[in-house]
Amino acid sequence: MISLMINGKEYRADVAPETPLLWVIREHLQLSGTKFGCGVGECGSCTVHINGQAEKSCILPVREAQGKAITTIEGLPEDHPVKRAWVQEQVPQCGYCQPGQMMQAAALLREDPSPDEDKIKQTMDEVLCRCGTYPRIKTAIQTSLRFMKEEGRKS
Amino acid sequence: MKKPLSRRSFVKGILAGSGLTLFLAYTPGGFRVLGAEEIKKADLRDLTLNAWIAISPDGLVTIIVSQSEMGQGVYTSIPMIVADELEADWKTVRFRAAPAADEYKNPVWGMQSTGGSTSIRHFHDLLRKAGAAAREMLLQAAAQAWSVPRPECTAVNGAVRHTGTGRSLSYGKLAAAASKLPLPKDPPLKDPSQFRFIGKPLPRLDVPEKVNGKARFGIDTFIPDMLYASVARPPVFGAKEKSWDTNASKQIKGVEQVVRIGRGVAVCARSFEAARRGRAALAVQWDPGSRPDLDNAAIDKTLLDHLNKTGVVARDDGDAEKVLNSAAKKIESVYRLPYLAHATMEPMNCTAWVQKDRCDVWVPTQSQTGAQQTAAQLSGLDPKKVYIHTTYLGGGFGRRAETDVVEEAVEISKAVTKPVKVIWTREEDIQHDFFRPGNCCRIAGALDARGKITAWAHRVVVPSIFARVFPQMMAKGIDPAAVEGIIDLPYQVPNLRVEYVRMDLPIPVGFWRSVGSSHNAFTVECFMDELALAAGKDPLDFRLEHMDKTSALRRALEMAADKAGWGKPLKAGQARGLACHSCFGSHVAQVAEVSVDKGKGGLRVHRVVCAIDCGPVINPDTVKAQMEGGIIMGLSAALKEQVVFEKGGVKSANFADYPLLRFSETPEIEVHLVQGMKKPEGVGEPGLPPIAPAVANALFAAAGIRMRSLPLTPAVVLEALKKRV
Repeated sequence: MISLMINGKEYRADVAPETPLLWVIREHLQLSGTKFGCGVGECGSCTVHINGQAEKSCILPVREAQGKAITTIEGLPEDHPVKRAWVQEQVPQCGYCQPGQMMQAAALLREDPSPDEDKIKQTMDEVLCRCGTYPRIKTAIQTSLRFMKEEGRKS
Repeated sequence: MKKPLSRRSFVKGILAGSGLTLFLAYTPGGFRVLGAEEIKKADLRDLTLNAWIAISPDGLVTIIVSQSEMGQGVYTSIPMIVADELEADWKTVRFRAAPAADEYKNPVWGMQSTGGSTSIRHFHDLLRKAGAAAREMLLQAAAQAWSVPRPECTAVNGAVRHTGTGRSLSYGKLAAAASKLPLPKDPPLKDPSQFRFIGKPLPRLDVPEKVNGKARFGIDTFIPDMLYASVARPPVFGAKEKSWDTNASKQIKGVEQVVRIGRGVAVCARSFEAARRGRAALAVQWDPGSRPDLDNAAIDKTLLDHLNKTGVVARDDGDAEKVLNSAAKKIESVYRLPYLAHATMEPMNCTAWVQKDRCDVWVPTQSQTGAQQTAAQLSGLDPKKVYIHTTYLGGGFGRRAETDVVEEAVEISKAVTKPVKVIWTREEDIQHDFFRPGNCCRIAGALDARGKITAWAHRVVVPSIFARVFPQMMAKGIDPAAVEGIIDLPYQVPNLRVEYVRMDLPIPVGFWRSVGSSHNAFTVECFMDELALAAGKDPLDFRLEHMDKTSALRRALEMAADKAGWGKPLKAGQARGLACHSCFGSHVAQVAEVSVDKGKGGLRVHRVVCAIDCGPVINPDTVKAQMEGGIIMGLSAALKEQVVFEKGGVKSANFADYPLLRFSETPEIEVHLVQGMKKPEGVGEPGLPPIAPAVANALFAAAGIRMRSLPLTPAVVLEALKKRV
């Protein structure tokens, strides 16, 4: 039995320790906001936070997530500047990759509240979008930064 | 589980034009007919006014959307159309996916499906009528309630008001009485000047749940006691399984059953990981398939060999051959394009539950009709007993018009008599796609002394999509997709000959966003630049000289060129290219600004200016998003994508070897709406075709290399640069 702390709540799952965290979150615990896209850490749809860092849960064995604070899209506060910016800039099209995009962006802004363009590019290159929402993601990241600045808060 | 639904329950909608006699309600288990007793109950949620509109007693307006939401914003644009005519209060408007039912079939196509950029252009009139009809019923109900003449009542923002007394009744309060009234056949429509939602950039209704993580895609379906299935499919085209080890598979913890199905061998387990491990343990042995020699070189050779065959003539104006033979100036080029994968971010999946008297299918599908027919056939049930629950689609692009994964889920569920969720891995998704076909063509063009095109001969070689999907549309053996954009060439050419040579390979091909236009815009628009060069003319001027003054495409081209500053200086090292194309009723022109790393061959697209005429716009922000998306998908294909085949199968497997465009490679995109035409036209696909030729033309302007095949990878560009020197 594996015990996990997700979004501040304890979950237990009867899974093999090498099972990727993604499948435990999605299928065993039915927190389905975190998505399966490639299974090899190439697309970033499965991005979650482990102790505040963006991690690809499809290649992370669940045993390595034990004892750490896991945050999924459901656990990112509704008033988080990234979530509000994503709504304001109308980012999603199909929406499938967006939880990963937002988790990736939120981790970046937490780590660096004034990232330069190169840092944003390097970070956001980790998450694929087939619908082509990249221009709006770019705008939404700037909007998130503006929200943070205006509100004098950290994400 | 709820009791089976009777398909008779579905109210006869606006399509049928008959009166309303039944009540329908949506419950968590699906649509349900309500008896008279139930209608009286206080927990009644919705009352339907017709197939598209349900209003709850507390005033929530639910628009039932026949079309699948795959990112194009249809769960907002369709409600906008209906709610505008209904004169609803937008704050009360909700949406819901329609079941598979006759009422929701595309009135032009006769099937319930989402594709061909038709959701607005085929449904627009019908939806307005549906909204207006319901508004009239609410007005009539109010007039009856107050015993006043109908003309004294007006509908305003979700309520009916009585002009004389100022009394008002909300739609919620009127819904029950209104739903018993006959459906007006010819309700008055609003004058466009009265529109309150249509034409406005309203925020999408699906965005909140796509941001908070609660949006349910097909892969997010969970049915109590369901099994997960993973299917071993032929690794090469046409292969049959010779042997497999069921016992070894069943040794894996969690594996419950192994069943042979039409498309391979399925392993059912308590978890997806167990199903995958069980599939690996099967160690299926396959025969070598139908074409073990097939690889990219063999495909290219076959394509090029077919160029020497005479094709079926799809258009023949004047005498192109004669004019070409005697032309003052003649050029000829061969273009070649690769097979492409759809690579929707949500891999293929489907959940099915076949029971004795009903079959439920939860699926992110572009074809409810196809899914229902497939499930009926494989379950042996009447289509009326097959319930299609359309989820959000994590991308479609044509891939989800196919029903292969529905086949698998239904077949497996029937065999194991349990609900089953089939999930494909990314590798399966890429390797078992219905690909955008590879293509090649030869174009010969003649110019007169003044630089006008006098003849154009175009021979296209491409596998047929329609021959499999809609064979009835293969008039004279011509696949309409193969020649689209050529037989309707937007340029005035007196002698035009278009030939189609069908080439069949065992590689499955299907609709991929913009279909044949994804090939033909590239070849036509690159060749136009080649002709302009031969004529010594500017690519913009050359095109305009060959376009009718009233052409909608011409207006789009002029706008894009103007907004992009065509002819004005750019930063050192950058150059512009343009292209335009008409498809799905709309007209799009794009100007790309590119630079090339001459040492490494890397191509950088800095900015794209796009102009579209899709007629009157429902939601301008959605149109803009679709242009952005089309440009990015088209650019991804132009710069990076090609399926690699090997030993008769697909070698490409995941995003490492089938790369897609990423964030940092995205240009600035600017979209302008022309809105010159009278009727709404398509937007899902038309944004894609012009970008590849615009970029290739810009590359020629930047570096003097004419690329006649895609993708323009750094290696390919570098080689061309070296050859030029």
